[in-house]
Amino acid sequence: MKLKKFLASILSLAMVLSLAACGGDSGEDAASGDGADGGEQSITLGFAQVGSESEWRTANTDNIKASAEEAGITLQFSDAQQKQENQIKAIRSFIASDVDVISFCPIVETGWDTVLQEAKDAGIPVVLVDRGVTADPSLYVTHIFADALKEGGNAFNWIDEYMTSEGKTPRAGGDQFQVAILEGTVGSSVAADRLQGFLDAMDASENSAKYNVLCSQTGEYTRAKGMEVMESFLKSDGDKIDILFSCNGDMALGAIQAIEAAGLKPGEDIVIVSIDAAKGEFNAMIEGKMNCAVEHTPNFGPTLMETAKKIVAGEEVPATIELEEGIYPADIAEQELPNRTY
Amino acid sequence: MEKLKKITSNHLFLPLFALCLLLVFNAFATPGFFTIEFQNGQLFGRIIDILNRASILVILSMGMTFVIATGGIDISQGSVIAISGAVCCYLIGGNGDGTANMPLPVACLVAVLVCAVCGVWNGFLVSKLKIQPMVATLILMTAGRGIAMLITEGQNITVYYKPFTYIGGSLPGSPLPTTIYIAAIMVLFVVFIQKKTSVGLFVQAVGINSNAARRTGLKVSAIIFMVYVFSGVCAGIAGLMESSMIAAADPNNAGLNMEMDAILSVALGGTLLSGGKFYVGGSIIGAITIQTMTTTLYALGVSSEQLPVYKALVVILICLLQSEKFKNILEKRAVEKAVKQG
Repeated sequence: MKLKKFLASILSLAMVLSLAACGGDSGEDAASGDGADGGEQSITLGFAQVGSESEWRTANTDNIKASAEEAGITLQFSDAQQKQENQIKAIRSFIASDVDVISFCPIVETGWDTVLQEAKDAGIPVVLVDRGVTADPSLYVTHIFADALKEGGNAFNWIDEYMTSEGKTPRAGGDQFQVAILEGTVGSSVAADRLQGFLDAMDASENSAKYNVLCSQTGEYTRAKGMEVMESFLKSDGDKIDILFSCNGDMALGAIQAIEAAGLKPGEDIVIVSIDAAKGEFNAMIEGKMNCAVEHTPNFGPTLMETAKKIVAGEEVPATIELEEGIYPADIAEQELPNRTY
Repeated sequence: MEKLKKITSNHLFLPLFALCLLLVFNAFATPGFFTIEFQNGQLFGRIIDILNRASILVILSMGMTFVIATGGIDISQGSVIAISGAVCCYLIGGNGDGTANMPLPVACLVAVLVCAVCGVWNGFLVSKLKIQPMVATLILMTAGRGIAMLITEGQNITVYYKPFTYIGGSLPGSPLPTTIYIAAIMVLFVVFIQKKTSVGLFVQAVGINSNAARRTGLKVSAIIFMVYVFSGVCAGIAGLMESSMIAAADPNNAGLNMEMDAILSVALGGTLLSGGKFYVGGSIIGAITIQTMTTTLYALGVSSEQLPVYKALVVILICLLQSEKFKNILEKRAVEKAVKQG
C-alpha cells in the first residue's frame, strides 16, 4: 500500500513536471515570434522545418528565411530536429499565437489529422511543402512539391537524348545500352518515386528496346555505400555498363571513385546521371566525370511566400503547386555553379 | 578420428567453417568470384574488395573484442568513426585547389588522439563512475554525430587533397589497398600484446570475475579504462580509413550502425557477450565473414528490399552452427534415431 502511494506521488510529480516543461516550451516558441502583433498589415507565417540534417535542408532553410524577408512576411521559424512531436508542438504554438498562415514540411506522412483539424478550427490556412501527408486534403489549402516521379523521368529522357545525339554505341557491342541503377534508401517514398519515374519513362520511350537494366541495388543514399555497390557492379559487369543512374548525388560521387579505381573513365565509358544537383555533382561535372544532374530544388521559398500572400488576400490557389525544376548537363555546369546554394 | 576431433573442437573451427561455407557457395554461385586481375598496377577482384572493406570492420572488432571481454560493450564506435573523419577532413580542409591546410600525418594523428579522448571519456564513465557500459557509451553514441557535425559545421567536407585518398585507397605503386596493410599492422600489434604481455590474461580475468581479479591484486579499473581507450583508437583509425575511401567527412552516415556489425563479428568469432574468454582471431574471421556476406549478396544481385532478410538468415544460420545447445539437440536426435534403428 505504501509502495502504491509512493508510486502514485512520483507519477503525479512527473506529470506536473512534464506539463510545466510543455508550458515552458510553447511559451518560448510564442515569445520568439515577436512582431506577430506588431504590424497590422504584415502577414505572419509559421514555418515548421524538419531539421538541419543536410546541406540541402540548410539551403532550404536559408532560402525560406531570405524570401520571407524579401516578401515582407514575418516568419516564425521552428526547427523540429527530425521529430514529428516537435513539429506538432510547433504547429500548436503557431495556432496559439494566431499566425496568418501555417506551413510545414511533414517529417512523416501519417499522424497529422488532429493537429490539422485544430488549425482548421482556428481558421488558419495550412500549406504543405515538399513531402505530402495522408490526411484529408480538405484540412489543408495547398501542397507545394517537387514531383519525384518527374525527376526520374527527366533523368531518363536526358540520357536517351544524349545517347542519340552523341551517337554512342553499347560498349559490349549488341544494340542495347546496359543500365546500372543506384537506388535510394529502401522505404523512402521519394526514393521509390525517383526510381519508378525513371523506369516508367524508359518503358514509355520509343527507344525502350535500346535500354536494359542490368543491375539495380540500394546505395542507401550515402557515398560509401554507393561506392561499395558500384564496385560490386563493376566486378560482375564492368565491361558492359554504359549508363549509371543514381537516385541521389552522394551515391553518384562514391560510384565515380569506384569507376576510376576500376580503370574506367566516368563520364565517358559510363554515362552518369544523378538527381539532386548539389555542388559536389557540379564539381564532378566540371571535371568531366559526370554528365548530367537533375535538380531537386530546395528553393521553394518565393513560391511559398507568394502562395501565402494569395491565401491571405483571399485569392484561389490550386490544390497542388508543382515546382519547376532544372536539368543541368555537364556543359553548363561551370556557369551554373556560382548560382548553386547547396 | 582423434585428430579430427582436435580440429573441430578448436575455437576457430566454427567461424572458419562458416566463412569457408560462404566462399564455397560463391565459387559455384558467382562466376569470377575468385578471379584476381592485375590492372594498372593494382590487384583487382572481389576478394580484394572484401579484404579492403573488411579491414575497417576487422580493426573495429578487435577494439570491441577487448571491451566485450571485460564484460562491457562500446556502442559509441560508429559515432567515434564520424568524429575521426570530421576532425581529419576539417584539419586538411576542403580546398578546391587540392592543397592541405595541415600536413596529413598531423591531421591523422590529431583525429586519432581526439578519438582516444572519446575512449578516455567512455573509460572514465565505466571504470571510475561505474556507469553501465551500454548506458555510458550510449551517451557518446548519441552525442558523437552531433560533435562531428559541429566540427564540420553541419556540412559534408569534401577533401581534394590527393594524398588523403591513399589511406582508404592505395599508395602509388602499391598493388594492395593501404587499408589491408593498416589492418595487418593492427592485427600484428594485438597478437604481439597477447603473446608477449599478460594484458590478454588480465582482461580475461576481469571479465570472468572482476571482484576476484581485484582481490588478486589486478588494477581492474585501469584495465577497464584501457580497453575503452583502445576501442576509441581503433574507431579513430577505422574512421580515417572510411572517410579517406570517399574522400569526405560525412557526419550523418560515416560508420552508421558499424558498432552493431563489430558486435556481430565478435559474437560470430565465438566470444561470449557476457565477457571472459575471448578470441581476437575469431572476431577477425567474423568481420571478414560479414563483409563476404554483403559482397556475396551484391554479387548475386539480391534486390535491395530483400537484402536485410538474407543477411539475417545467414546470421541465424551461422549462430545456429555455433550454438552448443543446438549441437546437443542435433546429437541427441542422432542418438535417438540410432537407438530406434538399432
